[in-house]
Amino acid sequence: MALLLALSIGILAGSGVWLLLRPRTYQVVIGLSLCAFAVNLFIFSMGRLRSGAPPILASTTGTLAGYADPVPQALVLTAIVIGFATTALLLVVLLAARGFTGTDHVDGQER
Amino acid sequence: MAGWAHHLIIAPILLPLVAGALLAVYDERRQFLKGLINLFSTLANLAIAITLLQLADSDAPGIYLLGNWPAPFGIVLVLDRLSAMMILLTAVLATASLFFSMARWHTVGHHFHTLFQFLVMGVNGAFLTGDLFNLFVFFEVMLASSYGLLLHGSGPRRVQASLHYVVVNLTAAFFFLVGVALIYGVTGTLNMADLATRIPTLAAENKVLLEVGAAILAMAFLVKAAMWPLGFWLLSAYPAAAPPVAAIFAILSKVGLYALLRLRPLLFGSEAGDVAGYGATLLFAGGLATIGFGILGVLASQAMTRIASFSLMISSGTVLAAIGLSDPQVTGGALFYLASSTLTISAFFLLIELIERGQNPGADLIAVTAEAMGAEPDEEDAATDGGMGFPGTLALLGACFAACALLLIGLPPLSGFVAKLALLAALFAPASEGAAAGISAASWAFIVLLLLSGVATLMTLSRVGIRAFWAPVDAVAPRILAVEVAPVVALLLLTLVLAVKGGTAMRYMEETARSVLSPSSYVEDVLSAPRVPPAKAGLQ
Repeated sequence: MALLLALSIGILAGSGVWLLLRPRTYQVVIGLSLCAFAVNLFIFSMGRLRSGAPPILASTTGTLAGYADPVPQALVLTAIVIGFATTALLLVVLLAARGFTGTDHVDGQER
Repeated sequence: MAGWAHHLIIAPILLPLVAGALLAVYDERRQFLKGLINLFSTLANLAIAITLLQLADSDAPGIYLLGNWPAPFGIVLVLDRLSAMMILLTAVLATASLFFSMARWHTVGHHFHTLFQFLVMGVNGAFLTGDLFNLFVFFEVMLASSYGLLLHGSGPRRVQASLHYVVVNLTAAFFFLVGVALIYGVTGTLNMADLATRIPTLAAENKVLLEVGAAILAMAFLVKAAMWPLGFWLLSAYPAAAPPVAAIFAILSKVGLYALLRLRPLLFGSEAGDVAGYGATLLFAGGLATIGFGILGVLASQAMTRIASFSLMISSGTVLAAIGLSDPQVTGGALFYLASSTLTISAFFLLIELIERGQNPGADLIAVTAEAMGAEPDEEDAATDGGMGFPGTLALLGACFAACALLLIGLPPLSGFVAKLALLAALFAPASEGAAAGISAASWAFIVLLLLSGVATLMTLSRVGIRAFWAPVDAVAPRILAVEVAPVVALLLLTLVLAVKGGTAMRYMEETARSVLSPSSYVEDVLSAPRVPPAKAGLQ
């Protein structure tokens, strides 16, 4: 499971960074989204990889070792919301830039 | 600090939040009402900031437990000297920028007032919070409103600059998240004070991960603080922003500096064991490189807004280098310099628009935009006729320009001189290394660059000043309202007050530097902050 997760984070981040460095605004937006997925998975993995462990205490008996760490899950949720909102804002800026310059090049002009 | 005064700690976050939400309800036709609400909130925020500064000027920081959860588990707000000073600086800039915008700028786009309040909320929150992830949330609140404010007034140049600004800051936010996640994964806490207690006891194999996490986290702050080579975004964003927006943006780069100044002693202070002092050399070298880049940029620039942006980079670089040295005397001087240079650059951004209004054909374009938004166009018509300004407009603008130049160069009698003097005095007399050690090569490099930055600014500003005020044969006095020039004069007068009250201010700054650099009492106070007893909680 660890290898699979590491590979997916790596592939997502790698493709994200590659797209981020492309000259078209749409590619940049998709690149940012892929990076956001990679970062969110990464935060999630910082709570250690567990399967079948609930994050919320069900009873007062037993040890905490039977439970998953809820904090990274809360962090991921916050990061997703914020990332989603800012990406939406970026899309509006992208459209405005396209309208003003007539091109979707990130610098506003083809070279 | 007890009773109602204790609840004032959260007021700099709640007040702009409520005001901003209220402002979003009214539509753009109620400009007067919106301006009034914004003005009330901003002035109240200024009054609160002044009260908080007085409250914070003691050795015990004010701790506010949100939701009455004990410290390492819930989020805490911490008010100490450093955060109180930064909040006051924000409030002052916000007041000046708001008054300036009231003349015409607030009508050139939608939701200026709402975004303005949310920006203030984000900045205040970032200064107050004692939790790493909460810092991220306030950073994002601040950045999201800054995206909107940078777009205020629209136009191809602003949209283009915004596109780059948003992408750079989103990428920096990813660095922030990865850094926070790594630090949490290694230490298991997000509370800054708790981090400081856990880092010395970390297992050896985890220390590398901690250092990687901290380095990635610092990337986010360094992008915000515009360290060379991470700060090129600033040069396209700030000159494109509407002048009152650029004036309040002068505090944004200081948020990055604040976070570095706050976190570095907590995470890698003298008590951190074998990771102590991590990253100091890099911060110092980066600061020097930023000053060097700023010097070259100032010398090469023609447009005044670019000169102001490069001055902002010089100011960032100076504070960064001082953070890297982590010497109480130098940091004290750097804090004074930070306050002085932020006020100056903010005033300079406002002043530039007034100066260029007389020379700039683009002024007509603004009038057209304002007309499209339904503003009364009669005042703008008079502006294009020229010669209608009150007598001595040019003389007043010239005097303000000269004051800005003195401040940026660091010549007496204003506070720029006191700030540079304090920095140089601390560098020439290193307290922490002992008298016998002499002045290190690093300090010499810092001193030389600091003086060179003054020379470069002097050369550029005299060239630009001559071109703007002495050379034009058909000088047209721009039509300027009193409400526009008053904030500039007020900010410059504040720097005069800083210089006159230099002793008091330096005492405050040095105590700030001392408590920030040896945060053991901060850590103890945060972790032992008492909860409100349940019986009394109902009453409050």
